[in-house]
Amino acid sequence: MAKITYIEHTNKEHTVEVPNNMSVMEGAVQNNIPGIDADCGGSVACATCHVYVDKKWFNKLKKKDESEEDMLDMAYQPNKFSRLSCQLIVSDELDGLILKMPPKQG
Amino acid sequence: MITTDVLIIGAGPTGLFAVQQLGLIGLKAEVVDNLDKVGGQCSELYPDKPIYDIPAIPECTGETLTKKLVKQIEPFNTNFHLGERVEQLAKKETKWIITTNKKKVFIASSIIIAGGVGSFESRKFPLKEAEKFENNGVFYSIKDKKYFDKKKICIFGGGDSALDWSIELSKNSKIVLVHRRLEFRGTPRNIEIIKKLEKNGKIQIETPYQINSIEGDDKIKAITIKDDEGKIKKIDTDYILGFFGLIMKLGPIAEWGLNLDKKHIPVNTESFQTNKEGIFAIGDICTYPGKLKLILSGFHEGALAARECFKLARPNEKYKFEYTTTSKNIHERLGKKYI
Repeated sequence: MAKITYIEHTNKEHTVEVPNNMSVMEGAVQNNIPGIDADCGGSVACATCHVYVDKKWFNKLKKKDESEEDMLDMAYQPNKFSRLSCQLIVSDELDGLILKMPPKQG
Repeated sequence: MITTDVLIIGAGPTGLFAVQQLGLIGLKAEVVDNLDKVGGQCSELYPDKPIYDIPAIPECTGETLTKKLVKQIEPFNTNFHLGERVEQLAKKETKWIITTNKKKVFIASSIIIAGGVGSFESRKFPLKEAEKFENNGVFYSIKDKKYFDKKKICIFGGGDSALDWSIELSKNSKIVLVHRRLEFRGTPRNIEIIKKLEKNGKIQIETPYQINSIEGDDKIKAITIKDDEGKIKKIDTDYILGFFGLIMKLGPIAEWGLNLDKKHIPVNTESFQTNKEGIFAIGDICTYPGKLKLILSGFHEGALAARECFKLARPNEKYKFEYTTTSKNIHERLGKKYI
């Protein structure tokens, strides 16, 4: 279980507890947090669950694989802290994770 | 003007199977899809990825599933209107009148929206100015490459569309290829050609950069690009091309007065009808308590919607439930010999 804070581009914060082994994307969708569309449902095929990971957290996360990096090419305004939240799997180590959502997902 | 029993919006697996369910009960369907091929997400997002949860098919790819569905509806000689998007909706007495972006008009007693998460459209530059210059300097596809002859062109993207067009247009124009990271994800062959063209001075590569601004009044004069550290470069250019793949947008359907729940259309689970009589939604685009976004759910939803379409298309006939194993009518519709 991890407490995760999702910040909308307007700076509105949503902090929720997400069970282990769920993706950070699912944590947002199941809690009705706006800003993550997840059109493809987590199959790394759409880049609409794009988030900016807080820079203190970015290097603590498991590295991106090639398919995620390729898909981020399609994301709306990616930067060096960009990740696809469907590829971030929740564990106790992620307790306190902070992410910001882009203004749009495409 | 095309008159039909049912207009199906979306040629993904759900839309294709709805054709079959309608065909079995004697209804004619026309299918419109914004993509230039059938299959929807199966063809566009994951043609090669295996699917394991289609009943009785232990494993198949999106492409194979699409081919099998197309084969299954062959007896019904369905017309597909591909590369076309439905736009306007009007009602005339009991019929719906639907107009596409190519001004094709359909008259149907029912509409089945099997639109996935919306129609596939090009992803665009995240700048207001890009909207202003769209089709007048900013492009997301190329219809006539002569238009780009002897111009200064900036191409954005890291996949094969960006690489293919950089290679092609570099024959007659000066190309700057801009990508957000150092690596390109195109085929090794394309990447090799691009590197060679860079060495020969035919293509200038700018990585890792993204667009920052567009300058010009009635025409683009220059753009600036920016890297992750905030370093900015200015490039004089006539045209900019963006190849960022496709994204799904609900599009004009959102303006049809249907109830919407985020990007989904609520339906009843008896007939998958929306809040408007004669307009149905099936597959990923519909929502109801317990909805599962599975292809198999879309098949079931289409089967039930088809029965309700029958009542609207043939108000004076009584619908009779029949099995494909034993029905003479169905065998005739399938072009099979009745045994």
